[in-house]
Amino acid sequence: MNESDLIGRMIDLAAERIAAHADELTALDQAIGDGDHGDNMRRGFAAMAEERDTIAALPLSEALKKAGMVLVMKVGGASGPLYGSALMAMGKAGGTDPCALIDAAIDAVKARGKSDTGAKTMLDVLAPVRDAVAAGATPAAVADAADAAAEATIPMRATKGRAAYLGERSIGHVDPGARSSAIIVRAVCEVLEES
Amino acid sequence: MTQTVAIVIVSHSPDVAKGAAAMVRQMVGEEVPIAFCGGNPEGGLGTDVGAIMEAISSVWTEKGVAVLIDLGGAETNSEMAIELLGPEKAARVVICNAPIVEGAVMAATEAAGGSDLEAVRATAEEFQA
Repeated sequence: MNESDLIGRMIDLAAERIAAHADELTALDQAIGDGDHGDNMRRGFAAMAEERDTIAALPLSEALKKAGMVLVMKVGGASGPLYGSALMAMGKAGGTDPCALIDAAIDAVKARGKSDTGAKTMLDVLAPVRDAVAAGATPAAVADAADAAAEATIPMRATKGRAAYLGERSIGHVDPGARSSAIIVRAVCEVLEES
Repeated sequence: MTQTVAIVIVSHSPDVAKGAAAMVRQMVGEEVPIAFCGGNPEGGLGTDVGAIMEAISSVWTEKGVAVLIDLGGAETNSEMAIELLGPEKAARVVICNAPIVEGAVMAATEAAGGSDLEAVRATAEEFQA
């Protein structure tokens, strides 16, 4: 697969998986958030899928910036700027080194969300994913690490976002943002595995 | 007419945004530019970065714009929208950490007196129910 095919395929699969898991994400968000995460992510990724060919025709850095901007403008919830800033920061970082790209995404999410790891957020998936990639894990192993990291948010107590209002009651649920991050990471890893 | 700081109201609900703006209009009058937006890009509950940018631009003044928000995503999306306006404009837009309705009324009252952006924000944020 050339770069353009790879980008197109990642958009296709991520959008497909987000749509397939939208109800699950919403259910998770109803438990500890405001119940719109599945709908918001589905809308954002559907908009990205609509622009698939335009985005896929761009060099990777530009494709990431454009895809990020689509999420920013279309999601309608905090996850838009969070995921959107992550992708735009990866585009700005440039290059194709996966660790450098993920680091840029993590820094952007920390800044946008004024958060850090351990607060029961998507960062609790992105950081272990970065570690797995840095350790040379295969794409399949990285996807598994992402799923395990999302599950590991269950005992965490949320200190950010709507879930933070729940305090102790946020414990015992998978964080919706961690789950959607794991879904996207798996989609990207599966495309890398195919290529 | 002397320019005043403008007010932008950003709610998850278009009805709340519109209602809050109507309360400001009635209590403070017409001299303060005010814009509002609510709802996600499909019109459901949520906020829309593009609509927030448009709302800010529609009342833009060199004196600055005070943004009143409700919950969570309204803040993140407003911060994103302000950033996308570019550093020059962004430096003259503030998000007030205040309840959306009361904060908007207090901010507009302060703005109507000709106060600068920092004073408008401080008044909105000092509000205690």
